[in-house]
Amino acid sequence: MSKNKHLEFIEGTVELKELPSFKAGDTITVTYKIKEGAKERLQNFQGVVLQRKGGGPTETFTVRKISGNVGVERIFPISSPFIDKIFVNKRGVVRRARIFYLRGLRGKKARIKEKRV
Amino acid sequence: MSGIIGKKIGMTGIFDENGKNMPCTVIEAGPCVVTQVKTKEVDGYEAIQLSYDDRKDKHTTKAMKGHFQKAGVTPKKVIKEFTRFEVGHQKKFGDVVDVSVFIEGEFIDVVGTTKGKGFQGVVKRHGFKGVGDATHGQHNRLRAPGSIGASSWPSRVFKGMRMAGHMGNTRVKMINLKVLKIYPEKNIIVVKGSVPGPNGSYVIVERWS
Repeated sequence: MSKNKHLEFIEGTVELKELPSFKAGDTITVTYKIKEGAKERLQNFQGVVLQRKGGGPTETFTVRKISGNVGVERIFPISSPFIDKIFVNKRGVVRRARIFYLRGLRGKKARIKEKRV
Repeated sequence: MSGIIGKKIGMTGIFDENGKNMPCTVIEAGPCVVTQVKTKEVDGYEAIQLSYDDRKDKHTTKAMKGHFQKAGVTPKKVIKEFTRFEVGHQKKFGDVVDVSVFIEGEFIDVVGTTKGKGFQGVVKRHGFKGVGDATHGQHNRLRAPGSIGASSWPSRVFKGMRMAGHMGNTRVKMINLKVLKIYPEKNIIVVKGSVPGPNGSYVIVERWS
């Protein structure tokens, strides 16, 4: 379905940040701002990208990491003003755009082959 | 009251100054033309009639063509009456009303017709829980309403008993929606939250004060 021109205009008013290109299977570090009262500090979230969802300024991406023994996933809107920067640590080789099968895998099985550049 | 007729374009999200992602609806509204002014002397009540969106000439009846010709405009699709307009906002015959009657940050109401859902059961229509078990002797009554009343007293079903029936396709007013953005040159209003109806349906945007 093509988007209405007015809707595109509204979404065009949202400024898109310059972010490095990444896709599902890549390992990235998202540096995002946290507000604690009046103070603002930066925090890192490093993990594997499970999916990129949607398009334009409403696009989101999901990052999964294993914290302790528990899987933690965070969904970031791509145009969120809280994202400070994104660093791509590793390019992964995966065959699909959404790698939810990773949730069921642990340890050595949950490895993703690295892309040789 | 100040009001205008518009068209629901669709929903998206924009970030406010605090970085919060606000769900919002984009409405293309106006410009509308005052095609009739009803007065107490002639019509028994006071109202203005606004018209919006062009209608093809071949789809317009001769009577309506004359009506629009009087106001000096092309035939329109949607005609709505607005009563009790605010002092200072009274419009004259042939005036054009556009989105500039609203201000960013104020709260408005939006009237629309909800999506029709057809004949629906009580689970979808009234939020009944249905029968909890598929086993233990239950057979094809997973979404049944259960008892609708006692027997010898009252010997009838009470009025207003919630049952299956037609759902949706009703006029619904969403009140106190915040106006996030207005673009007068593009006739666009962006309101926070959702608005009844499918994309492309006609809505009435109004402010009561």
